[in-house]
Amino acid sequence: MSQEAKIAKTLDVKGMYCPGPVMETAKAIKQINVGEVLEVLATDPAAKPDIEAWARRTGHQILDIQQQGGVTRILVKRAK
Amino acid sequence: MAGKKLSIIVFSGTVDKLMPVGILASGAAASGYEVNLFFTFWGLNAISKNGMQAQPQVDKNYEQMGPMMMKRMMDMKFPMWHQMVREAKEVGEVKVYACSTTMEFFGLKKEDLADFVDDVVGVATFLDRAEGGTTLFI
Repeated sequence: MSQEAKIAKTLDVKGMYCPGPVMETAKAIKQINVGEVLEVLATDPAAKPDIEAWARRTGHQILDIQQQGGVTRILVKRAK
Repeated sequence: MAGKKLSIIVFSGTVDKLMPVGILASGAAASGYEVNLFFTFWGLNAISKNGMQAQPQVDKNYEQMGPMMMKRMMDMKFPMWHQMVREAKEVGEVKVYACSTTMEFFGLKKEDLADFVDDVVGVATFLDRAEGGTTLFI
């Protein structure tokens, strides 16, 4: 796992289903500054592949993804 | 990265087909795709103010599953398709077009349609906007 980054904002989308986690991530990334890190907590099994695909498309950087029980924790760095 | 586009011809007016329209549109918009939604025929009827207030209809083949589907959606706190279209417009580059021929057919004016409609257009405009991207007919 990568160096634990300083988290600027935490987005809790536990209990939301596709496309909720991606939608909320897209909104939340705009609320932090470039270079800052967003922590996403999700229970949707599609959250990991979807937020990875979203990051590839939008150019934001995934720093770390961890499965903690039923919760996926994703750290995203705002790239632009 | 730029120039990716998803265009959907929304022909159907039943909720089981409109839900994927809302899901695809909002997911694509959030991911930076340009999205064009062209509502025609039963789809256009669904975005009329009257259509949106009416009880959502399910495809006849799955009619008996309608109440169960609606209950599950409520249990999951899943948004309705038109809420997803609205959210898609907030988060990304989404244009909603209404088919002029269908409007005449149903006797609808622009003010009879949902407030998220951007423009009344025809097929040539839609094809022009959709060119170079992925187009779906739902």
